[in-house]
Amino acid sequence: MCSLALFPAPLACGQTTLCESNNELLSGTATDHRLKQSTHINYSVVLYFPRESLKLHCRTESSSKAAFLDHSETLWMRSAAAWRDGGLTGLLNEITNSNTEVPKWLSVSSGFTLALLRWFSSFHGSLFPHLTMSSENMLAEFSQVLNWSDCVVRAFAWHPHADKFAVALLDDSIKIYNPKSATTPTLKHRLQRSVAAVQWKPMCASALAVACQNCLLVWHVDPCSLSTRPSSGCAQVLSNPGHSPVTSIAWSPSGSLLVSASPMDTAMMVWDVASESCVPLQRVGGGGVTFLSWSPDSSHVLASTPSALFRVWETRTWTCERWPCVKGRCQSGCWSPDGSRLLFTVQGEMVIYVLTFGDTPGPQAAAVVADLSETTFNTADGDIIVGGEIHSLSWDPTGERLAVLLEGDPQAADRPAIIAVFKTRTNPIFELLPCGFVQGEPGAEPRMMQFHPNFQHGALLTVCWSSGRITHVPFYFLGAGVPHFGLSGSPSLPRPQERPADFANQSLFTELISLLLFFFTAFFFYITNNATLPPTVRSRSLKLLSNSKPTDF
Amino acid sequence: MYIIITYCLFQVVCWRAVASIAWAVLLLLPITAVFVILSRFSLLHPIQTFSGQSLYAGSQLVVTGCFFCVSSVIPTIACSKIALLGQLLHPRQFVNSLAHCIMGIIVAWCCAVTLGGRYETIGYPCTQGDGTDSSPQMCLNEYHLILLLAGAFVGFSHSLLAVISNINYVSFHTVQQYKYLRFKGSLPFVVKCSAAQALYSVRNYIVVYFFLGYIPKAWICKTLNLHLNSSVHPLDSIAGLLDLSLLYHQWISASFLLFTWNITLLLFRIFVTEVYSFPVQSSFTEDAHQCLPKVLTDKQPMILKFLALQDVALLSQHSPSRRCEVFSLSQPGGHPHNWNAISKECLSLLADLTQRLVAYHDTVATNGRAKSLSTGSERKTSSETSCMFPRPTLLLRTPASVFARFVVGTPHSPLTAPFTPDLDSPFASPALRRLTAPLDQCSPWFGTVQSPHIMRRAPKLWSTSTGERRLMEDVRSLGSNGHLKQNNFILNCPIQVKHFLAKRVLIMYLFNKLPEASSQALFADSQAHIWALEGLSYLVQASFSEDQFGVIQTTLPSILGCMLILQEAVDRHFKLPHASSKPVRSASGMGDSTYKTLRFALRATLKTAIYRITTTFGNHLNAVQMSAEHRKRLQQFLEYKE
Repeated sequence: MCSLALFPAPLACGQTTLCESNNELLSGTATDHRLKQSTHINYSVVLYFPRESLKLHCRTESSSKAAFLDHSETLWMRSAAAWRDGGLTGLLNEITNSNTEVPKWLSVSSGFTLALLRWFSSFHGSLFPHLTMSSENMLAEFSQVLNWSDCVVRAFAWHPHADKFAVALLDDSIKIYNPKSATTPTLKHRLQRSVAAVQWKPMCASALAVACQNCLLVWHVDPCSLSTRPSSGCAQVLSNPGHSPVTSIAWSPSGSLLVSASPMDTAMMVWDVASESCVPLQRVGGGGVTFLSWSPDSSHVLASTPSALFRVWETRTWTCERWPCVKGRCQSGCWSPDGSRLLFTVQGEMVIYVLTFGDTPGPQAAAVVADLSETTFNTADGDIIVGGEIHSLSWDPTGERLAVLLEGDPQAADRPAIIAVFKTRTNPIFELLPCGFVQGEPGAEPRMMQFHPNFQHGALLTVCWSSGRITHVPFYFLGAGVPHFGLSGSPSLPRPQERPADFANQSLFTELISLLLFFFTAFFFYITNNATLPPTVRSRSLKLLSNSKPTDF
Repeated sequence: MYIIITYCLFQVVCWRAVASIAWAVLLLLPITAVFVILSRFSLLHPIQTFSGQSLYAGSQLVVTGCFFCVSSVIPTIACSKIALLGQLLHPRQFVNSLAHCIMGIIVAWCCAVTLGGRYETIGYPCTQGDGTDSSPQMCLNEYHLILLLAGAFVGFSHSLLAVISNINYVSFHTVQQYKYLRFKGSLPFVVKCSAAQALYSVRNYIVVYFFLGYIPKAWICKTLNLHLNSSVHPLDSIAGLLDLSLLYHQWISASFLLFTWNITLLLFRIFVTEVYSFPVQSSFTEDAHQCLPKVLTDKQPMILKFLALQDVALLSQHSPSRRCEVFSLSQPGGHPHNWNAISKECLSLLADLTQRLVAYHDTVATNGRAKSLSTGSERKTSSETSCMFPRPTLLLRTPASVFARFVVGTPHSPLTAPFTPDLDSPFASPALRRLTAPLDQCSPWFGTVQSPHIMRRAPKLWSTSTGERRLMEDVRSLGSNGHLKQNNFILNCPIQVKHFLAKRVLIMYLFNKLPEASSQALFADSQAHIWALEGLSYLVQASFSEDQFGVIQTTLPSILGCMLILQEAVDRHFKLPHASSKPVRSASGMGDSTYKTLRFALRATLKTAIYRITTTFGNHLNAVQMSAEHRKRLQQFLEYKE
């Protein structure tokens, strides 16, 4: 069993993890960050969303009432509006409040009914405490993003096949970055509020599912379109009464079905997106569904509940196994690429469990594979305590690296949130081996992470930081035993001499923002290896390189 | 031999139907108990008798029988209001409604007996008059009558609603669940929808009874020689109908009636659409006819064909061992018979859809102008020779549309296009024909979509459109060549009539084509195509690692070509007006409206299927032989730009 004590010590203050090469994590200081990364292949692209640049909603829609003068409507109108907005409780509330206009018996009886309803719902809430939370708090509680409500980047998703990704921001907009097109479509929709998760549809170029506060949206963003603001007509709205807020979504790897989960709804919805119909899969125990993860071989779905219980659905006949936990709810989980192993973590425990599937009888009990209890490291800046509860897990598609986001303690300065990366080995027995910590700039905490789905040279971990930065950390290694379909038989290990010679002159660049842009474009150049940059971007990057010879793009 | 084969497999379907009815009858017991409890409110009285139990069961059997006769996996889509009206006025529908009415009356009578009290009998002894000549007479118990009539009305309205909301359409679920779980999952919905439907029916019934209630009352009094008790307040008045307890009892009886029917319907759907696993190959020749390739390629009832296609789609996704059988070679000879049969059938289905779409597009592009019969219909006639009787060319025209043609009485011309729901060419495609042909021939009671009698009669009563067209062309040629003014007059006459008719609002309302209905009708049986696409693409994907003999490779170019052509045709179709507009979501009622979105599902599945092949094979696809145009299209998919 692996523990944090076996890990190399975290970096000193000011050092940043750049990449893994030759089996070790390389780091650099913040100042020579760009210089350093240039000596290795340039995957450290940075996208930066400063908090100030986002226009936030200053008020919610319901509070806009206060800005208008009070006007008198008839009781009927008000009741109808209350019924429309707030349902039965809204109507009762309205009748109770306007006791001067209605007969006394009506207002008294409605007040009584309201009290009874509240009492009953509080009883229900005491069974499942999460039901009393507001939907924002609920999203923050069950999201896979650390400290979701305060995070600038709220969701992130790589496209499973093409090199593009979607970023959901604090201002409820979604941006799509694609290196092959100059346009960055921004998706906005009336119903797109409090985005908890985004995911691209597999086996499709354009469909992006978005989990919102009240519904699910499926955007169809034409990759060839030049529009920067696709109209809301491009979005399909999938909603079901009682199924909100949606905290987690998962496409089946074959791209045919979409499942969605809400902590308020005991049913997990299986959507046929094209026909906008859903099949609820109801199991009452647990009081809701918080997190979903579809195994890459599409045979199982993990569904965790707010209670100390999670389920593993089998997708052929949609039956489930119940897995009660001892301590808390299942916080996060991830599947091995062949779908035979499930790693998961439990709230309140500092270990990673593994479940093995595949044999005809299912697994009997989960085994502990890693212990992440708190460990003190001595660094140059003093002691740092690393470890604690685990917020999310991510396994790279080749099954060689496992990234673990540790929660840390926001109050204590010496216990930061940190990403620990393990190497995984399946033969002769399944085990996790230490690899190292991934750290960002000083003061920036990791919020969320995701592996690139088809990185050629190993694994590429994309990390969203609390500062609003998105960076990519490559791990270069030769995959063992993973068949590589496609162009090249074996992945070629990148060597330093492969890099463009002109990158040696990095110190020439001073202008930070242009530099970022340049790196961004250069990164995708490398990935895609075909030199079709939009002319505007090319000209700008060439201008930057005015002192040196242009590279052979 | 052929009959035996069909019979063997068809037994499966029949047994499923019987099982569903048996379960429904078993479920009657708890449902009746609930009804009795709800109808009395007081639990003090013990439940007395279940005298009506056998009658309930009888009613359920009859209704299920009715439903079973008309059930179909392909929805009937009325393309205009008049077509819908024609469906409603169809003699078969009349019989159906009558059966529903009678069953409604019987169940309502059982309800009345169970309710007891004032509802129990139709007559009661009363003393008429002003006390002096008080002779004992039998008076009419209006409470009993109102309940019986309510049953009849609910039954009738249910049968009408069934036609409008296509309740006979049996759709297949995308998510495979066990029967019990599916039943449990949809039970709350059935309860809700029965209660709501009962509420609306009772409301309508009360209105009808208020105005027309005196007719049946007088008639019953006359036939049964009963008297009206003048001392009792009549019920067809406002005060009489606003009796809350009466309303409640009517509603609960109607809910009970509808609930038993709907639950039977639900069980029937669940049982019939259950996955059936056909063996891929058998070592015994006697069982060969039950194997998947045989069932797929042979003429089978529609439902079996659908089950077989569903099985193909599922085996290609979930079971490696059965996929292995598909990829295997025959032992002496080494031919991939299984794969050949499956791929050929799937590809021909897709090709037929392509042809149908292209033909429809051409008709629309030429604005509905007459078009020479496509090759498809010629092929169709040749395939028809096996039939016992020669069929008219326009086989799939609904009676309604024939009716429409009769009323308008104009030959084919641009303006008739909106009037004719099903244009000749798209629907004359051999695909739909082949899919529906066995349904007409082999199982008369499964002949659902169109009644064969009417269709055979149609050309006799009214000349076929081909004939009309020829006449029209003759007239045109006369008009162009001849110099007589009469010719022009003859030519213009029908057009003028049409213009005259087109100005009448009611006629326009009735004959105006419903938007997107023709598009829905084109894709009515697309569930089969969706499965064919899924099955093919998953099998091709699996072949990348599982196909040891390279069985798939030989057909890969044709599969890709077929999908790309279909993709093009579908893309073109979605550019037509109304094709891409989403239907209004109506989640009410037991009618399944999935057929309205089948075209979107088909489009999504098609794209996914192509992407599934391109992502699996990647640049290896460059080695596949195909035309330059297809390669260009495929390149779009390889670059994720579609």
